[in-house]
Amino acid sequence: MKKMLLATAVSALYAGGAFAAGHASEAKIGVILGFTGPIESLTPAMADSAEFAIKEVNESGQFLDGVTLVPVRGDSTCGDAAAGSAAAERLITADGVVAIMGADCSGVTGAILSNVALPNGVPMISPSATSPGLSTVEDNGLFFRTSPSDARQGEVLAGVLGTNGVTSVAVTYQNSDYGKGLSDSFIAAFEAAGGSITLSAPHEDNKADYSAEIAALASAGGDVLVVLGYADAGGKGMIQAASDTGAFDTFMLGDGMYGDALLADLGDVLEGSYGVVPWSEGEGTDKFNELATAAGIEAGSAYTRESYDAGALIALAMAKGGEVSSAAVAANVLDVANAPGEPILPGELGKALEIIKAGGDVDYVGATNVELIGPGEAAGTYRHYAIKGGAFETVEIR
Amino acid sequence: MDLLNALVAFGNFVFVPAVAYGSQLALGALAVTLIYGILRFSNFAHGDTMALGTMVTIIATWGLQSVGISLGPLPTALFAIPVGIAFTAVLVLGTDRLVYRFYRKQKVAPVIMVIVSIGVMFIYNGLTRLVLGPDDQNFADGERFLISARDFKAMTGLSEGLAIRTTQVLTVVTAILVVAALFWFLNRTRTGKSMRAYSDNEDLALLSGIDPERVVRVTWIIVAALATIAGVLYGLDKTYKPFTYFQLVLPIFAAAIVGGLGSPLGAIAGGFVIAFSEVAITYAWKKVLVYALPEPLEPSGLMQLLSTDYKFAVSFVILVIVLLFRPTGLFKGKSV
Repeated sequence: MKKMLLATAVSALYAGGAFAAGHASEAKIGVILGFTGPIESLTPAMADSAEFAIKEVNESGQFLDGVTLVPVRGDSTCGDAAAGSAAAERLITADGVVAIMGADCSGVTGAILSNVALPNGVPMISPSATSPGLSTVEDNGLFFRTSPSDARQGEVLAGVLGTNGVTSVAVTYQNSDYGKGLSDSFIAAFEAAGGSITLSAPHEDNKADYSAEIAALASAGGDVLVVLGYADAGGKGMIQAASDTGAFDTFMLGDGMYGDALLADLGDVLEGSYGVVPWSEGEGTDKFNELATAAGIEAGSAYTRESYDAGALIALAMAKGGEVSSAAVAANVLDVANAPGEPILPGELGKALEIIKAGGDVDYVGATNVELIGPGEAAGTYRHYAIKGGAFETVEIR
Repeated sequence: MDLLNALVAFGNFVFVPAVAYGSQLALGALAVTLIYGILRFSNFAHGDTMALGTMVTIIATWGLQSVGISLGPLPTALFAIPVGIAFTAVLVLGTDRLVYRFYRKQKVAPVIMVIVSIGVMFIYNGLTRLVLGPDDQNFADGERFLISARDFKAMTGLSEGLAIRTTQVLTVVTAILVVAALFWFLNRTRTGKSMRAYSDNEDLALLSGIDPERVVRVTWIIVAALATIAGVLYGLDKTYKPFTYFQLVLPIFAAAIVGGLGSPLGAIAGGFVIAFSEVAITYAWKKVLVYALPEPLEPSGLMQLLSTDYKFAVSFVILVIVLLFRPTGLFKGKSV
């Protein structure tokens, strides 16, 4: 009987050891996106894209002597900071993730960063948080994003007005972190360029009637109404009310207003208006679209390219650091993302890993021409479009 | 010329929207005031009753549109309103049977009825979301404008445009017709008179042989009609989103109380007082004043008393002032 017990104990120990050994060759990466909530229609494609990059790394067999990366999903909810932080806390303490690809919306991303990622020393790469506030937030070098800050978009918007020779505008923005941040940066850039803002007024989403808001803006005047909101919410209502009362004829649209549904809903109201939207084009984008579509991922959806790049950067940074650790990721993201080095496109992650293993340098280009500037955020390119004949027409990429 | 421009700007941004909004509030406040006069409680479920009635009308409108029936320049929804009214009447009568009658028999305090109506509100709200979802629905068709701002400018040569939407005219016309019919009913018909008697003095009315359950039934049917019509007009003129109807309860109650609870005439006056105050106080008067005043007096600021974010606060403030200084309202209704 004693022997029997001993044998059981030994075999249990042995099994435990084997289990632990199995663990050592695995590294977990958190994928925290709003799988429920206001952008739940976008997040599945984003998560698929990030996991597509991780899968590519695993299949290359070149990652840190056979370590396998395992993605673990968590729900940021996009809107509920407490729920998002709890999900991140669980991923870090219970699942032991070494890095986080996410989160998505600016507010919840900031909350997870300061409440969970900072105290635990876990780096985050967000594919879609664009609030300018995240550029200056205290992050101890742990926060990166593959999407550009809206501070940049503000400058681009001001530039587009300059191109069109407009000097006086009224601004309406969605009353949120996103809208406020974008309008502040736009106003600063436009006024610096010599333009004047007649009135900058917030609007709330989900109201039945925007005629009062438009009346105030119309009273203030301006050649163009700059709408920095969302296409399926208050932004659309503002444009509708403005055209109904004849207050404004031309509109400039921020990135949240870009969508085919808007054109379909508002008809020829938008004819002659223009706007900007983050855009990427080139070899890397084409390559990603081709590979992701072949893998059954909805590649054309918003922020899929940024998500792929975020996933790939985590893996490459870990490889560059030579170990599975949070510190390795945080220290090496900028190194692998920027020049000098061999340019790496989507589908070439295996090649990048080989170069890193041989001690070489890589410059990850990825699906969005990644170039991380300042505190680790994408420089970003935007498409300036005009609405002609009921369709978006590219004017230039800037 | 400048004075004309000032007038047109005032009409376009203040007068026309406020008249349409006031008519919608008046219809809502009429129903609330009827319930208060006869059933003696504040019906918080009214906003969601409007949303439900509108929902049924929308579904019926879609049905009509799909078989190709339309009213030409007028919205098809007008044709579908009777369906919405019938459904809403059945619904509120059923609710009264199942819920309100139980508490009425027990002669509970009005505040308990208010809480009960809040419960009903949540049920109706859930019902709407279950069937149609929380998103906004577009069911307006027909001609959008009677005069568009661009046409007006071209016609008159003024630099300000005046836009009048078909739905705005429709709202005002319908409201006048409905109010006239309601007053005729209350003042001239036997049932209407019995309703007024019941509202004035319940015991006396019972003694003179008025059937209270019949009065209650008729009241609910009228309320269903008013709620559906007001809801559809509001949805046509603005947008249909269930949540915004819930928010409408506040200005509607403010209108009913300002006018004097239980007084139909007061409800209409209250509706317009609230609508004009909301629009005028949050309007930026700069444009109108620049046209109207001689150059040295032209304002440089926006001349806006309150930001548009505080629109609902205006109804609150008026409500508080009226309750403090004239609790029975402008038209001597019941005090709350």
